[in-house]
Amino acid sequence: MKSAFVTVGTTSFEELIAAVTAPETLQVLRSLGYGRLVLQVGRAAAAPAPFRTAAFTLDVFRFKESLAEDLENADLVISHAGAGTCLETLEKGKPLLVVVNEKLMNNHQLELARQLYRDGHLFYCTCSTLLESLKSIDMSTLKPFPPGQPEKFAAFLDRVIGFE
Amino acid sequence: MDALPAVLGAAALLLLLLLTARLLLARRNSSPRTAPLSLLVVAGSDSDKMSEDKIRTFEQKRAETFSNSQFTLNRIPRCREVCQSWSSSVLTTLYSILYSFPLTFRLKPDLILCNGPGTCVPICISALLLEILALKKVIIVYVESICRVETLSLSGKILYYFSDYFIVQWPALKEKYPKSIYLGRIV
Repeated sequence: MKSAFVTVGTTSFEELIAAVTAPETLQVLRSLGYGRLVLQVGRAAAAPAPFRTAAFTLDVFRFKESLAEDLENADLVISHAGAGTCLETLEKGKPLLVVVNEKLMNNHQLELARQLYRDGHLFYCTCSTLLESLKSIDMSTLKPFPPGQPEKFAAFLDRVIGFE
Repeated sequence: MDALPAVLGAAALLLLLLLTARLLLARRNSSPRTAPLSLLVVAGSDSDKMSEDKIRTFEQKRAETFSNSQFTLNRIPRCREVCQSWSSSVLTTLYSILYSFPLTFRLKPDLILCNGPGTCVPICISALLLEILALKKVIIVYVESICRVETLSLSGKILYYFSDYFIVQWPALKEKYPKSIYLGRIV
């Protein structure tokens, strides 16, 4: 049984919560083979009530110290466009669908999502196109995400400090 | 760099900058031949309390290994909250500046490491003023956020001209801003 994980990080992204728990969306998730949806709702004013039926489970929580375990257990991650969440998810090699929050001013979050999409590491959409995206996207076409190289920065800083 | 933090993200960039800088400084400052350097790391995140907790945990762990670690954490009021109106941002920015000047003058850092929040602009301006008044060299290293692929943040646009080293994490920015340094993705 596959499990999908939705995360909004530390934000309040109520439109995403509403879009993903809408009956049509839950139906599409079920038809794609997902029997469990875990929602991390962050600062959203109203959190949906969790439920469990024979066919489907909805778990809800606001925050955790670390999302590592939930990401690890997920077969699909639907996330806000936060850099931290995106990078953590990609590092774990999980299929990622980013939902961009159109309400945020000067939405530069799109830049990272767009670049990672261009590089073939994730898909992205908005709340209004979420349903369509879930139906049409082929997650198996995503490419693995190479890790960052902090040692280059360390070597650079070493040279900078060394000059003083 | 074996002890690099495993967790990723914007908060982790902060931890990474802290860790890298402190390891290097510890090594440098433990050498009797060179004068000790003081470091100021300016960072922020969506949730400042969470970042602060992460820093404290990190520094506490570090203090267990290095007995002479000198660590102070100073909270600076943010210039602007997410979604705050631009007109009220002018006032909060002024407040940040008034707060930053005495702080920077008191700390007198040799090296300032910023990872991008608006708060770092008043700090860096204070540092430049400190350089002029006290004739003390302050190195400003600015690391632009990983989120910035094609355009610079407002802090970045300002500090591109005032920093000593300006680091970007995507090649498109290196092309647009030739004085910047591209070292690949840090996180």
